[in-house]
Amino acid sequence: MLNLKTKVLGMFAGAAMAAGALAAPAQAQETIKVGILHSLSGTMAISETTLKDVMLMLIEEQNKRGGVLGKKLEAVVVDPASNWPLFAEKARELIAQQKVAVTFGCWTSVSRKSVLPVFEELNSILFYPVQYEGEESSPNIFYTGAAPNQQAIPAIDYLLAEGVKRFVLEGTDYVYPRTTNRILEAYLLSKGVKAEDISVNYTPFGHADWQTRVAAIKRFGSTGVKTAVVSTVNGDANVPFYKELGNQGIKATDIPVVAFSVGEEELAGIDTRPLVGHLAAWNYFQSVDTPANRDFIARWRAFKKNERAVTNDPMEAHVIGFAMWVKAVEAAGTTDATAVRRAMIGIAVPNLTGGISTMMPNHHITKPVLIGEIQANGQIQTVWQTPGTVVAQEWSPHLEGSRDLIADHRAPMNCGNFNVRTGRCGGAQR
Amino acid sequence: MIRRPGLVALLAALLTVVLLAPPSARAQDAAPLIQRMATETFNDIAGAVAALATSGSPRAAPVIEALRDNRLVYRQADRAVFIREASGSFVSALTGEPVTDAGTTRPVRLNNAVRRAIDAAMGALTLMNPDPARRAAAAEAVFKSRDASALPALEQAIGQERDARIRILMEEARAAVVVASPEANEADRITAIGVIQRRGDQDALRMLGSLPATAPPRVREAAESASVAIRRTLAVWEAVQNVWYGLSLGSVLLLAAIGLAITFGVMGVINMAHGEMVMIGAYTTFVVQQVLRTMAPGLMDVSLFIALPMAFLVAGAIGIAIERLIIRHLYGRPLETLLATWGVSLVLQQAVRSWFGPTNREVTTPSWMSGSFEVGHLAITANRLAIIIFAAMVFAALLLFLKRTPFGLQTRAVTQNRRMAGAMGIRTNWVDAFTFGLGSGIAGLAGVALSQIDNVSPNLGQGYIIDSFMVVVFGGVGNLWGTLVGAMTLGIANKLLEPYAGAVLGKILLLVFIILFIQKRPRGLFALKGRAVE
Amino acid sequence: MMLTRFLLEKIDRTGWIFLVLLALAAVMVPVLNLAVPPGSPFHVSNTAVSLWGKYMTYALLALAVDLVWGYCGILSLGHGAFFALGGYAMGMYLMRQIGPRGVYSHPILPDFMVFLNWKELPLTWWGFSSFPYALFMVALVPGLLAFVFGWFAFRSRVTGVYLSIITQALTYALMLAFFRNDMGFGGNNGLTDFKDILGFNIQSQTTRAVLFSLSVVALMIGYLLARAIVTSKAGKILIAVRDAEARTRFLGYRVEHFKLFVWTVSAVMAGIAGALYVPQVGIINPSEFSPANSIETIVWVAVGGRGTLVGAALGAGIVNFAKSWFTGAFPQGWLFALGGLFIVVTLFLPKGILGTFTDWWKRRGETREPPAGKAVGQPAE
Repeated sequence: MLNLKTKVLGMFAGAAMAAGALAAPAQAQETIKVGILHSLSGTMAISETTLKDVMLMLIEEQNKRGGVLGKKLEAVVVDPASNWPLFAEKARELIAQQKVAVTFGCWTSVSRKSVLPVFEELNSILFYPVQYEGEESSPNIFYTGAAPNQQAIPAIDYLLAEGVKRFVLEGTDYVYPRTTNRILEAYLLSKGVKAEDISVNYTPFGHADWQTRVAAIKRFGSTGVKTAVVSTVNGDANVPFYKELGNQGIKATDIPVVAFSVGEEELAGIDTRPLVGHLAAWNYFQSVDTPANRDFIARWRAFKKNERAVTNDPMEAHVIGFAMWVKAVEAAGTTDATAVRRAMIGIAVPNLTGGISTMMPNHHITKPVLIGEIQANGQIQTVWQTPGTVVAQEWSPHLEGSRDLIADHRAPMNCGNFNVRTGRCGGAQR
Repeated sequence: MIRRPGLVALLAALLTVVLLAPPSARAQDAAPLIQRMATETFNDIAGAVAALATSGSPRAAPVIEALRDNRLVYRQADRAVFIREASGSFVSALTGEPVTDAGTTRPVRLNNAVRRAIDAAMGALTLMNPDPARRAAAAEAVFKSRDASALPALEQAIGQERDARIRILMEEARAAVVVASPEANEADRITAIGVIQRRGDQDALRMLGSLPATAPPRVREAAESASVAIRRTLAVWEAVQNVWYGLSLGSVLLLAAIGLAITFGVMGVINMAHGEMVMIGAYTTFVVQQVLRTMAPGLMDVSLFIALPMAFLVAGAIGIAIERLIIRHLYGRPLETLLATWGVSLVLQQAVRSWFGPTNREVTTPSWMSGSFEVGHLAITANRLAIIIFAAMVFAALLLFLKRTPFGLQTRAVTQNRRMAGAMGIRTNWVDAFTFGLGSGIAGLAGVALSQIDNVSPNLGQGYIIDSFMVVVFGGVGNLWGTLVGAMTLGIANKLLEPYAGAVLGKILLLVFIILFIQKRPRGLFALKGRAVE
Repeated sequence: MMLTRFLLEKIDRTGWIFLVLLALAAVMVPVLNLAVPPGSPFHVSNTAVSLWGKYMTYALLALAVDLVWGYCGILSLGHGAFFALGGYAMGMYLMRQIGPRGVYSHPILPDFMVFLNWKELPLTWWGFSSFPYALFMVALVPGLLAFVFGWFAFRSRVTGVYLSIITQALTYALMLAFFRNDMGFGGNNGLTDFKDILGFNIQSQTTRAVLFSLSVVALMIGYLLARAIVTSKAGKILIAVRDAEARTRFLGYRVEHFKLFVWTVSAVMAGIAGALYVPQVGIINPSEFSPANSIETIVWVAVGGRGTLVGAALGAGIVNFAKSWFTGAFPQGWLFALGGLFIVVTLFLPKGILGTFTDWWKRRGETREPPAGKAVGQPAE
């Protein structure tokens, strides 16, 4: 009896001890820990694994340059496994147990929403590198991806200038396409596009059978008015979507598809010859011919030991975000989250497309917007770009609820959702 | 097709002008146009292409073709334009003569506007090409561009064309030009609308819809009624099309599920790693193509035929290994195989992820499987057709195998009554191993087919496993015909629902239907009879 | 009086150890977390509290699954659905508690409804501002769904694999439905960024510690309830159903009634587990409905020991602890370890960890003293 009890107790104690080991506090302080919170398994691994690698490369390079504040950086990689509650758990583990100074991570909006309360509660910093729907500005998150006005709206402007008068807004049914499409719909209507010339449709995640939808697009585009598809279809579903477009012979010269979630990585899995001329809107293309980008691609290929490794927009966002963080830490002289957060605003670093990106008080960065056409070799060639960089509108002026909100994380406002009409800081508690 | 004398006269006049102009003068005109292409401004390039095409210069075709193939370059220093030959050497775009030193060059870039101009130009320029496919494409290009300047060439081409199909295309193209041309007289335009109405597809609709509001009312009325008629026919075809899509989806489901049906039926094993076998088949295709690309690029078009046996063997071998190493020890505990194979599926997924990387891999579609053709107004894409045929062949082969071979006989015996079969001297454990191998091998074959339409990524199998279970259960465990009927029913129902309910709601409705259906027939559509059931 | 008799008669030795340990945890963990300073070796970290709190709710879910699978032979591949429904009911209450503190400061509508341009609160959300109503729904929604589903399925005598697959279809259909933004449950993003529960700040450590203790208590009650069911006369019939359904029916028992009863109870337990889970992890989204989650729950039960109740809870703890640890320690290869664990356990520990352990214990005991008490039968299958 006693024996059994000790056994079982032992088991629990062992587990508890192991939990403690897992919680081992950062020992000696000679390194600065950098958390990497990207899914390495599950559905999002396909996109996020590269971002983990790019972070490892950047950290390695920074260490070769002598680290930060005289200390080496140490990458702490965890796998949140495309599981949203696990993202929150892992974020807590990184901050509270591993004591990371900063975290680079997340891809989907839901993963960011899942970790947001954790970062705010434990006052730590997250760099979020992916284009998203906006409508958020947390004091603890720096958004290095594009807000809708830094990607979607310029793309629509380009199409309108090309004479497109009829739009299919095709998206995966989740918050990014829903919000973006609402913004775009409002924007199109304001530009004089008729309501009956806009068709909005949503498909589920991982939608693999596109026959019906592509046929419907073909039909919608057969009125003689120039038609384009604005695609916010999510990662996995894109390959079958594009394959079906190619098979049903929808050429870019008839009905161009402009995509916001299709980059070089996604195209690497498709035979792009039938897709030549379809469009993508990003803030970076691998094909951009600048010294900084050539250098980055060479370093990346050397790091991956793969001569054909591709680069993409969220990778550039991490490059920018990391450079900004290093600069901010050096300016603040400490990795303390509050000090770094304060130092971050106004930091400007060169981006890879030949311009300078600045961290604005709304915790979003300025970015150039590039519209490119898919080439036969899987690359995207710029056909149009904004003359300078664009400041993010994290609260869209085209949406009713967010029209009156602004974000400014500097004193004295210190608010991510300040309502200019009521003159009060929205629902924030602080 | 009735030709009005007036129109013919007009065309003849135009033709004479074009043909009689002195060649040297035309070549002269081309030079500044070609020079204009040495720019970064797409609209200038597009304009130059259009002008060049109608200039009649003999340099037009090679220059525009080079531009289309991304072979037109210009020297940065003096903006001299060259064509890069396949050999890598350069020739002058103006004269076609070889140049020794082209210096630092930049390609003349393309965008959709330029491509449209090229398509239109190539249409006019290749109407007389000896290759019938290119003539057909040229006629289509003119149909889309409705470029009035192509009319003379078109007339001439119609006169010479022997192939009836291409001739019709050309006549439709001419009709399109005439309908769109404000100069043509009303009667001609209305006649031309008739021609387009006979074409009756979505391009025709687009053509008629783009008629400017300035067209005479009678022409507009004719176009309107033609559109209505076309839409009516197309609506009927659309229903046919949906059934076709359903068949295609059904055959994909059949391929994914049929291997599962075997292992499920014979062994009562819920194989959660089945989807991973499909994935392994797809990755085998990728590897085969990689090897061929470096070793024997000429065989790329038959790569799938090489991949098929390979995928079958690889997936089959892995299947047998799983059976021998794991499942063998779990007989009599069928539900626990679910857990073990779930573990296997996690391991296989991660193995592929670490081996091939987490990103999608490119599997090339052979040329004979790309593109589409039309039967009536039913657009049939080649790869879907290939998959339907392939699924049918796999099904037939499996059926024959199970009905006509000794091994098949033994398998069926074990399915019906394991103990009795064992008592009759059948080595049930061998049957189990090979059945599992067979089921996995077929999953591998499915993987080859799916690599043509879906992502080749470590998650490939996950997307099909649940649907496969639904198909097998709906059709009835252990019955191949049930699987066939199940897959086709679910596929077609899904595709008929989708246009009305949307993809998500359609699928939910279908799942609810399956749940309710199982209440009515707790053993699926084709229930297995006999003692094995309990 | 009845309770003491029940406790003394129906709880076996393993059960007692389990209950005592849980009771200890319910008291000690909050104390060690809140009262002991962080520097002390006896301090339980905040992270550990929320992590173990999560495991407790998983353990309750595993218990619910074991009740139907281990004792009644119903292999449910859809218990995640009941868990998630309970979670959503709680999540909706927590969303309503945010009130005007959302980013748009809308007095009633949650943030996601504001930016998706909903004009008024959909009917499904009515009443969720009241905690008792939310609690009622936590039990009612999963229970009702299970009752209706079970009523049809068991009456039609859908069994075995067919039943498993349609439970999978159920949770899959619900997942697709909840992914739809038009449903008004936040789509893929689900419900998140909760502020407080019953007026207590959900991020405060005290609230966390209390939620942990509540989860432990819920697990204890769940265990007692499950134990009461399986040791009752009805429990014997359930085991008979599991081992030979047809024969039990021939003996004159209305098999479907017993099944339906235990199925519904189990679903309600799963729903309560979900309701406790949501405030502790801070998010509920449709991926909780994903069939893979339900399969994983089955795996916990199998790892711990099917048909032992305590084993199920233990399995949930061990597998999830392993998962938490592996994903941090071997981010690249943890799926190998986890997948390998499932294979090894099914192959070499067919009765799960607890089953194997008690077997071994019994064998050891038999050599020295006569067996004490009779163990509940192991699933034969």
